[in-house]
Amino acid sequence: MAKARNPPGRRTFLRASAAAGGALVIGFHFPSGIGRAVAAPKQAVPFVPNAFIRVAPDETVTILCNKSEMGQGVYTALPMIAADEMDADWSRIRVEPAPAAPPYYHTTFGTQVTGGSTSVNSSFEQLRKAGATARAMLIAAAAATWKTDPASCRAERGFVLHDASGSRLSFGQLAAKAATLPPPEDVKLKSPKDFTLIGRPVRRIDGRAKVTGQAKFGIDAHVPGMLTAVIARPPVFGGTVKRFDAGKARAVPGVKRVVQMDTGIAVLADGFWPAKLGRDALEITWDDGPLGNLDSVAQGKEYEQLVNLEGSAVAAARGDLVAAFAKADKKLTAVYELPYLAHAPMEPLNCLAHVRRDGVEIWVGTQMQTNDQVAAAQIAGVKPEQVVIHTMFLGGGFGRRANPASDFVKEAVKLSQATGLPVKVVWTREDDMRGGYYRPRTFNVVRAGLDPSGMPIAWQHRIVGQSIIQGTPFEPALMKGELDLTQVEGSADMHYNVPNFLVEYKMAPGGVPVLWWRSVGHSFTAFVKECFIDECAAAARQDPVAYRRLLLIEHPRVRGVMDLAAERAGWGRPLAPGRGMGIAVHESFGSLVAQVAEVSVTGRGGHRTSRGLCGRLRTHRQPRYGPCPDGIGDRLRPFRSPVREDHLQGWPRRTEQLPRLPHPAHERDAPDRSLPGGQQCTHGRRRRTRDPAHRACHRQRDLRRNRQANPAAADRPQRTADRIG
Amino acid sequence: MILVMVNGVMQRIDVGPDTPLLWVLRDTLGLTGTKYGCGIAQCGACTVHVDGVATLSCITPIATVAGKRVTTIEALSRNGEHPVQQAWLELDVVQCGYCQSGQIMTAAALLARSPNPTDAEIDEAMSGVLCRCGTYQRIRAAIKRAGGFRET
Repeated sequence: MAKARNPPGRRTFLRASAAAGGALVIGFHFPSGIGRAVAAPKQAVPFVPNAFIRVAPDETVTILCNKSEMGQGVYTALPMIAADEMDADWSRIRVEPAPAAPPYYHTTFGTQVTGGSTSVNSSFEQLRKAGATARAMLIAAAAATWKTDPASCRAERGFVLHDASGSRLSFGQLAAKAATLPPPEDVKLKSPKDFTLIGRPVRRIDGRAKVTGQAKFGIDAHVPGMLTAVIARPPVFGGTVKRFDAGKARAVPGVKRVVQMDTGIAVLADGFWPAKLGRDALEITWDDGPLGNLDSVAQGKEYEQLVNLEGSAVAAARGDLVAAFAKADKKLTAVYELPYLAHAPMEPLNCLAHVRRDGVEIWVGTQMQTNDQVAAAQIAGVKPEQVVIHTMFLGGGFGRRANPASDFVKEAVKLSQATGLPVKVVWTREDDMRGGYYRPRTFNVVRAGLDPSGMPIAWQHRIVGQSIIQGTPFEPALMKGELDLTQVEGSADMHYNVPNFLVEYKMAPGGVPVLWWRSVGHSFTAFVKECFIDECAAAARQDPVAYRRLLLIEHPRVRGVMDLAAERAGWGRPLAPGRGMGIAVHESFGSLVAQVAEVSVTGRGGHRTSRGLCGRLRTHRQPRYGPCPDGIGDRLRPFRSPVREDHLQGWPRRTEQLPRLPHPAHERDAPDRSLPGGQQCTHGRRRRTRDPAHRACHRQRDLRRNRQANPAAADRPQRTADRIG
Repeated sequence: MILVMVNGVMQRIDVGPDTPLLWVLRDTLGLTGTKYGCGIAQCGACTVHVDGVATLSCITPIATVAGKRVTTIEALSRNGEHPVQQAWLELDVVQCGYCQSGQIMTAAALLARSPNPTDAEIDEAMSGVLCRCGTYQRIRAAIKRAGGFRET
């Protein structure tokens, strides 16, 4: 990841020159450092108090959003923060994607990026200050007009009011004068009790555009003269083109160019359809390369061997595991296998790029503007600031559109450079599913030793899987030697109090492109941890909730969330025959989730989630429901090279297959308003669907497709257990 | 040359007869509100109305709609005032929004033929339209609201 170009520095405000047409243009130096004045707009915008806010004479207040909107609601949540501090009229708020530029870098990551469940909490103070600064300047402008003390004025819903005289002026009326005033050195933020927007339900700003078909996603971008490209990529990861014949492709009406590139053969045409027909007509002989024989069965065996090899990286260790196991009254072992997962955003990947002599223009739905900017600049031989990125709506991201390798951006830039034309690369659904950058497959062995009362005194979790961080610019921050910190999160820091504890990670060989996938390590560690604690409770003949409560004595917040979910779900009430209840509780990215599922077991050992409850999350209502179905059924079938799973057939989350989620989440704590709430719901639900609780008694340890309810899997753990001592 | 009435305007389309309606709408006519999600009738994002019937445009050759009326999300209403769109706004259904044109067009066609659909009818009509954000709960509620029901 590119480093901030300016060193961290004092907080400064820069006054723009008169050349800006009287407009005031200010840049902040934010705590992360990077800040400079944004380019002064050519058209005089009366009041631009900072990089995030513009106030127009027509009363509209535009918030420039530096986070990408992919459904999680940042185009609403972030403007709410600024508008609240500003005391703006919410009905006048507009939102625009921020350009890719240093003032918009993430306050802790130091580049422009949307990810890690950080958008609201990392922007919270930044946007509050931006809003408060604007408010202070508008109040100063009004006070100067009325020749009164600013302290006697206040702002409310787009107006500055002077209660003593009954005077009032709108933000729009004040904009021109505010633009001439010096910004305050420091501003006072509201007390949270005075928030008018934050913490209250607000309709999405982007709702209307999205219900009328007007919202523009990356795939909708269009510029005159552009060609659409569909690319034949190697069927096996790491493969290359041996030879190809493009004769039939060129004969397709509408096909304009065929270009060989490092990632395959691109067919460029007037529109997607001829490009796809042309791509499909290519005759290519591939060299599959070293991964040509990779298949998931062999890989699974390899992982099973790796888990027993010495030299795992220690992620967390305390106590004396050997001694604890030696004196344990009962020992348990389980193996959990989780598959590669495709992000499969509804909008297949795409990018439109136009390389010109003086720079590059890119239209793309991306979560990583700065990375893409730097990658494009390197290809085009220009400076990063000469790369303009128009951030479009993202038809889902889930991490796939946050690729440090900028794969889907580079292809478009290269093709535009090769042709001199604007080129939009569109991936077909098959391309998207087969194209990699999956959530890594993992092989997990967990062991526990229980004391005579049934409580765990020893806990060991060993994880084998590919690293998503190795080889990326995030290595310094997210790797410690051979330990990929993202692959042990949720396990190494588990809340259950076990005195003798060891979590280890063994990196598996690379080759299959892997990446963060919605909740990253938590997407599997929560499943493993919550399943295994249930196994322990069952071995101890204790109720799963009561058992967890004993292990969470030092974590009242975690326990509170679990208790709330259990209480609301009616944990322990009598259930119909064949039905069971399961619970899970997990913390990720600072937010806690507990989920309860009522599940019925079907004839052949399958199960169906009948109803569910998703416990406390405190931000939006929306993203809390969405990930629940996500947790129910994401998996890829076992694969051989090439990846066979190429479509949405059998996609398990159609509407009629989903449980009703009748209970709204419930808040009990003091509002903690800047916590993330999107991806936290994926993992708990995944766990609980596999476990219809003890009465229905059906446990799953293998989430690979076609491997569910495999009776043969039941005796595997013991075999493995003997070897990992 | 194929004549198709798209959103009330007669269009002369000069593409191969097998070209899917989806790509005529998006690339030839610039109506990008209709989305590509899979291309093989698996996701429903491309749903439009052909003579009032919800139709998957990604597998509909343009020649098969010659002389017919095609309505896309852009013309479901003039300004988003169709009851389905209104219900969608009132319940804040959308998230990423990519599938929502298909959801809304499918729901509008359902309500046109069955103004007060049962849960089973809703499931049957809507099961072909995938939402990766998982907005299904609100979609169901919004269909009921648009149909005149209120979920208790």
